[in-house]
Amino acid sequence: MPTWDDLTEGAAAPKREYGPLTRTDFVRYQGASGDFNPIHHDEEFATSAGYPSVFSVGMLQAGILGCYCTDWLGADNVRRFAVQFREQVWPNDHLVCEATVARRYEEAGERRVDLTLLVTRQESGGAAIRGEATFVVP
Amino acid sequence: MVDKSKVGLSDEPSTMPVERGKIREFARACKSTNPAYVEDRTPVSPPTFLTTVNFWSRADQSPLARLDIDLRRLLHGGQEYVFHGPPPAAGTELTFQTRVDTIYEKEGKRGGTMTFVETVTEFRDAAGTLVAESRSTAIETGQPATKGS
Repeated sequence: MPTWDDLTEGAAAPKREYGPLTRTDFVRYQGASGDFNPIHHDEEFATSAGYPSVFSVGMLQAGILGCYCTDWLGADNVRRFAVQFREQVWPNDHLVCEATVARRYEEAGERRVDLTLLVTRQESGGAAIRGEATFVVP
Repeated sequence: MVDKSKVGLSDEPSTMPVERGKIREFARACKSTNPAYVEDRTPVSPPTFLTTVNFWSRADQSPLARLDIDLRRLLHGGQEYVFHGPPPAAGTELTFQTRVDTIYEKEGKRGGTMTFVETVTEFRDAAGTLVAESRSTAIETGQPATKGS
């Protein structure tokens, strides 16, 4: 795990690629999370709503990103995690997660870093998620 | 259409046990093999784990469910979690309560007027201490989606 000295502003986690995402990944996440919106697994429902197929649960790519961050800075150390959903994620997409230190500071006697987060769809080059996180650095 | 008079609507507090097996299942669904989640006997929960509050909410009570949003036009705009210490660990029992915090509209690039609904859920431990909060932004689009949106 990186140390406080490593986490200068601009320091980045190693990028990581996930995918291709499958319908099974969507269903597995829906079962784990309890969100059973049919638009993520029922092809007829999704096409009747005007979509070309089912698409991923936003919270799946958010969950992948969250665990990517805690793999880097520690499961105990996250204090804030926030995402905005941009492009939808489709079956067979590949995602790339990135995290960069935007700010490094001390607050209430704790060392903290704020991160800028990004999930990119390799298929389009566009952002699927933009986010931010705060971690304490023991 | 979303009924704007529902701002401030909240459900009754309910409880949610944080369970080791559920954390392991959730971490794996999020493609994590971090031993902190899948091997520790009392793991902390992953950053987005509190979304599993779905299993402990009473469907008839959920403020979002009572807004009559059309699922074909529902998009998830954003999600935030704040932790006032390490994330809740397996073995913790949380009491949670959700309220509709704000409802507002924006003009979409396609699909007409979009309605944004922000709900906030507070999670407290057995001592009543606020340990985590989540804020969810749901969007009802003006019309069903079209290809490429």
